Amino acid sequence: MALRPDLAIIADAVPSSARVLDVGCGDGELMVALQGKGVDARGLEIDPANVTAAIARGQSVVQGDANRDLADYPDDAFDYAILSQTLQTTERPDRVVDELLRIAPRAFVSFPNFAHWRIRLALLWGGRMPVTRLLPVAWYETPNIHHVTVSDFRDLVRDKGIRVERVWHLSGDKPASDAAASWRAEHAIFLIAR
Amino acid sequence: MASLLHQIQHQGVTINAPLPLDSGQVLPSVTIAWQSYGTLNADRSNAVLICHALTGDQYVASDHPATGKPGWWARMVGPGKPIDTDRFHVICANVLGSCMGTSGPATPDAATGAPLGMAFPVITITDMVRAQAMLLDHLGISRLHAVVGGSMGGMQTLAWAATYPERLASALVIASAARHSAQNIAFHEVGRQAIMADPDWQDGQYYGSARAPTKGLAVARMAAHITYLSEEGLTEKFGRRLQARDIKSFGFDADFQVESYLRHQGLAFTDRFDANAYLYITRAMDYFDLADPHDGRLAGAFATAKDVRFTLVSFDTDWLYPTSESRRVVQALQSVGAAASFVELSAPFGHDSFLLDVPALDRLVAGALGSGF
Repeated sequence: MALRPDLAIIADAVPSSARVLDVGCGDGELMVALQGKGVDARGLEIDPANVTAAIARGQSVVQGDANRDLADYPDDAFDYAILSQTLQTTERPDRVVDELLRIAPRAFVSFPNFAHWRIRLALLWGGRMPVTRLLPVAWYETPNIHHVTVSDFRDLVRDKGIRVERVWHLSGDKPASDAAASWRAEHAIFLIAR
Repeated sequence: MASLLHQIQHQGVTINAPLPLDSGQVLPSVTIAWQSYGTLNADRSNAVLICHALTGDQYVASDHPATGKPGWWARMVGPGKPIDTDRFHVICANVLGSCMGTSGPATPDAATGAPLGMAFPVITITDMVRAQAMLLDHLGISRLHAVVGGSMGGMQTLAWAATYPERLASALVIASAARHSAQNIAFHEVGRQAIMADPDWQDGQYYGSARAPTKGLAVARMAAHITYLSEEGLTEKFGRRLQARDIKSFGFDADFQVESYLRHQGLAFTDRFDANAYLYITRAMDYFDLADPHDGRLAGAFATAKDVRFTLVSFDTDWLYPTSESRRVVQALQSVGAAASFVELSAPFGHDSFLLDVPALDRLVAGALGSGF
């Protein structure tokens, strides 16, 4: 089964034999891919059905909440932390980023870009909170409580003095150019470092 | 009756080597009764040790010799089951202090031939594990694919990881805890006092007499049984329904179905369990606190267990060993960098969920043992 494009990029970028914590690991799809290349991957996942599925696949996953339970991991417990498509659902994304870079020197953070042109147009012309392929749920029931844009995230890491080592932009599951990414990227993956 | 119970012949071995106990006493030799299922492979790498709970026994997947009922985990262990005996050599030993063939208070004194009764030394969960390790040495099994246990079996599994981390690849701990809480101890003390207050207990020397403390043991079981169920489960099963009558008797008969059920559970238990064994094993559980030898730091217990893969499972309706106790273990494991999995499953049956039909548990157990299900 093909990995989701953002996960495929992360799986490719993690060096083999690294120690990795996948925060919000779902049913362990990325972990299985990482394990295949010799990565020691652990997971944290809030949904018990997903945790059960991941453990049944032989993965080491702890049921927990990224808002609270990252505190249980010691400093530098991992080489990389991964937070894919989860940042916008956390209560305090800034604190979660701090935690990621406490438990690992580097982190992959991926999120849907709320400033993509389709969303801008929908808001501008429709006057309603956009419902899109990557953000498919109406405003009143969406888990995405902190919509974030590529520029917002750049500001956050700059203010925190966090280095951006690499960025991948995606549009329609294909790589998008970095030029005008703020408009054209549907989705961004940042590799950040302390 | 206890006397009949002790006439059952169990498969076992007497190991003539001293077993030093946490109390400082030493058992000069130890008899261990066990059952096994499936075939040990040529390189002896497929052995799975199952640790049983307080009133469990080694008859995991075979009919109980006293009651004739199917094994207590027959739904989990067998060919093609989550603990697949076509793949694994499954071993379960009756715990030290119990009454199904392993050394315990009914064991005869070597000098006099009379049952030891309360002269049997007080034992701990780790002593039980040491006895199991002696059995494995006897069987020529140096390393286990996995140790698996629910409730007190989970305590033994944690003690295995803390005591012999090099002897197991993975540990599966279900509905358990790394210590007994004040509430856990309190319920056990009620049970022990019920036994010891029974005049037929006779300071534990009832084996040769015609009387055994069955009433006290039954009350102990009734109290404990409540702790194994959820309030929701009890309400659903019994509610306030009356037992075989339409109106209240205004007496002290078992008017309510729940009373009748508990009385039956209590009495049936006395056919398959020995009162003194109940005292000794509940004591062992009460003394259990893996953090104790490490200045209260649970992580200290797992410092050498980094290479063991742990899987912990709790149930949302289990108030005896609640999720918070499993989380405490997971936090300790994470702090030492051990590979730990944890999930709280939803099931209506309270603590007993680990014995009952919870399909998600089957998938987890199979996955934790490294086989899809």
